Amino acid sequence: MSIAKRMLMRSAVAGVLAALATMPAHAGWDLLNMPKGVSELSREIYDMHMIMLWICTVIAVFTFGAMIWAMVRFRKSKGAVADGKMLHNARLEAAWTIVPVLILIGMAIPSVEKLIKIEDTSGSELTIKVTGYQWQWHYEYLGTGVSFFSRLARDSDAARQKRSGIDPRSVEHYLLNVDKPLVVPTGTKIRMLLTANDVIHAWWVPDFGMKRDAIPGFINEMWISVDEDKPGTYRGQCAELCGADHGFMPIVVDAKPPAEFRAWLEQQMAAAAGSRLAATE
Amino acid sequence: MGEHGHGPPKGIVRWLTTTNHKDIGTMYLVFSLVMFLVGGLMALVIRSELFQPGLQLVDPAFFNQMTTMHALVMVFGAVMPATVGLANWMIPMQIGAADMALPRMNLFSFWLLAFAFLLLLSTLFIPGGAPAAGWTLYPPLVLQTGQAFPMAIFAIHLMGASSIMGAINVIVTIVNMRAPGMTLLKMPLFSWSWLITAYLLIAVMPVFAGGVTMLLTDYYFHTSFFNAAGGGDPVLFQHVFWFFGHPEVYIMILPAFGIVSEVIATFSRKPIFGYEAMVYAIASIAFLSFIVWAHHMFTVGMPLAGQLFFTLSTMLIAVPTGVKIFNWTATMWRGSISFEPPMLFALAFLFLFTIGGFSGLMLAIAPADFQYHDTYFVVAHFHYVLVPGAVFGIMAAVYYWLPKWTGHMYDMALAKWHFWLSAIFVNVLFFPQHYLGLAGMPRRIPDYALQFTEWNMVSTIGAFGFGLSQLLFVWLIVKCVKGGERATAGVWDYQHGLEWTVPSPAPYHTFEKAPEVR
Ligand code: HEM
Ligand SMILES: [Cu+2]
Ligand SMILES: [Cu+2]
Repeated sequence: MSIAKRMLMRSAVAGVLAALATMPAHAGWDLLNMPKGVSELSREIYDMHMIMLWICTVIAVFTFGAMIWAMVRFRKSKGAVADGKMLHNARLEAAWTIVPVLILIGMAIPSVEKLIKIEDTSGSELTIKVTGYQWQWHYEYLGTGVSFFSRLARDSDAARQKRSGIDPRSVEHYLLNVDKPLVVPTGTKIRMLLTANDVIHAWWVPDFGMKRDAIPGFINEMWISVDEDKPGTYRGQCAELCGADHGFMPIVVDAKPPAEFRAWLEQQMAAAAGSRLAATE
Repeated sequence: MGEHGHGPPKGIVRWLTTTNHKDIGTMYLVFSLVMFLVGGLMALVIRSELFQPGLQLVDPAFFNQMTTMHALVMVFGAVMPATVGLANWMIPMQIGAADMALPRMNLFSFWLLAFAFLLLLSTLFIPGGAPAAGWTLYPPLVLQTGQAFPMAIFAIHLMGASSIMGAINVIVTIVNMRAPGMTLLKMPLFSWSWLITAYLLIAVMPVFAGGVTMLLTDYYFHTSFFNAAGGGDPVLFQHVFWFFGHPEVYIMILPAFGIVSEVIATFSRKPIFGYEAMVYAIASIAFLSFIVWAHHMFTVGMPLAGQLFFTLSTMLIAVPTGVKIFNWTATMWRGSISFEPPMLFALAFLFLFTIGGFSGLMLAIAPADFQYHDTYFVVAHFHYVLVPGAVFGIMAAVYYWLPKWTGHMYDMALAKWHFWLSAIFVNVLFFPQHYLGLAGMPRRIPDYALQFTEWNMVSTIGAFGFGLSQLLFVWLIVKCVKGGERATAGVWDYQHGLEWTVPSPAPYHTFEKAPEVR
């Protein structure tokens, strides 16, 4: 290598290393798989995902193994001579048509079971209507008069402006924080009604397992339920391209134990009633 | 033109007026290469912005224009025209015909395509910029497009018309112009794959044209096909789009299946294993591709029965796809394998396309797709089937037939460099995107939360490595056209097919007298 080339290489490597070095120690290298999540549904979906992943891995070991074996064993450079009469083999071909069908049936059965469960929104104890707007979410606790908008937190919004000069690493939960989170009770089956005001959006919190489109003029349904023992804050994002700020309409859900939730809701109801009163006076 | 023994006219006139299938094939291939580089540059803009969190280079609106245009350029400008170029060059030579059946229409469809792209790319320079609603063009978002809207729709109409004409030409040529003795079940698999592709094109391009025309009337005449307030339904467009869109992905991959079949047989020095099963597998894939479309729409809120149907029908596609993969492996089995550049690309196809098939199977499972949908997992899936799938297939074809086209051998060492760099970087580029998607990164976003930083950086490094490696490809082709060791008629030391019976370079007119096929 010439000196110039070597210097170029070195500075390229140094540049990449410098970029890598600016990353925090608890970096995202280990984020390799779907989260198990905090609900029965998300665990079912995770299990389905893992079943599929393992089946595919096993099939891959066999097929890639056969390919690699052929490439190693039957190389011309090792003196392999082609067997020009090997044109077809009915038994073999039947086998590699039928065996995959059986495997597919094996995959289909659990997925059908899970699908039926996912689509069953009956028996919910609370209904929340979610409306997508360009670019924020609106939440309405049906029958309580409580509703509010939820949009990207101010500090994230400032940092995400082009060449804002603000380091995203200095912002707490960069792009995954909102001014006013959705609050839900844990251990409760909640029916979500989804719609939109302008274009299609999609509501998705990975820890809850589900994602569903919010379509203007139509109402979609899904249900979520956060484990009783897993109160906390869960974050997600809009998952359907909805225009310029599609990347900037996060979802934050605060899951509280039912008693705390009730207290919060009553306080919100009182505030809502107060402001309605003020408006009519 | 076209009379016996004449060579082509010289200079620019040749290219503007030629009706020769080889010239038109060359124009398609060059056009496709240029579009591949243009679309690649757009991809590098996207990957550069995604190198780090925060917005450093572009506005979100321009970012969306880049993702939309990148996809449209790659699908309609790079992959499809490349396969049409290959069809033009190779189908007449493979079936022993003198030319394509409809040479003037052939030329017309090329120039329609070129004009369509002039129109589409020019939207980048008008006020408001290019379309930015994604290549899927979903309303109502797409109806927020500015002045680019009618231009993009018209461009799509022209591309569709061009594709349909190309498809008609392929069908008429194959049905009517095969040499005596060339029965359908003796036809090389590349020609077979294109025959079936052509039927797919004719079936779905008009549907797409209808869909975008409805967008146009919604935009200008308030017809409300896709507007709930006027009694329409935005999801209807998605059904129409994917009724076209899923067969479309097979339009891109089937010709690559044909190419890979020929290349693997040649470099295993053995006829393809299970020829008839290969033909039937392509036909069943083509049929199934019409009844799986809504697997792209599991989150729109279809009824349970619909979700079950589309999960099961999609899984079925894995069966004929598996047959193809097993037959390719069996073709190598007890062969005498060597690793020339076309074979290297075909083998990379074999491994990496299969990975894309596995992720496709996972995506087919509706309950799991509720997590995967619209994340980088999907981006990884379709890039595995399209880049090391369709694009590597096309590259294998170029390395396979380039000596036949130019009459020169190319620089083997350079080709191997191109292969290894491409094969390594394509994985650096796309494999981490599986992780990003599973970890929860949505697709089509210009900026992301901090935990996605690391794998995005890796992906961007892969993108630049892959992009720069393609310059070797361009250089190699230019070098090979200009000169090189003379290629023999057979080029490779094991041949099957009529194209290897004519000299290299193939004379301007081949098979004016039909060859005998035993
Ligand atoms: C075993 C075969 C395959 C199966 C089972 C399969 C399945 C799927 C599924 C279910 C999706 C939708 C994912 C989602 O949006 O949530 C998808 C997306 C996609 N697939 Fe495949 N696929 C297969 C092969 C292919 C091939 C051969 C191609 C093209 C060469 C392809 C190209 C695409 C593209 C472009 C998308 C994304 C479209 C978009 O949303 O923009 N797939 N695939
Ligand atoms: Cu969005
Ligand atoms: Cu599809």
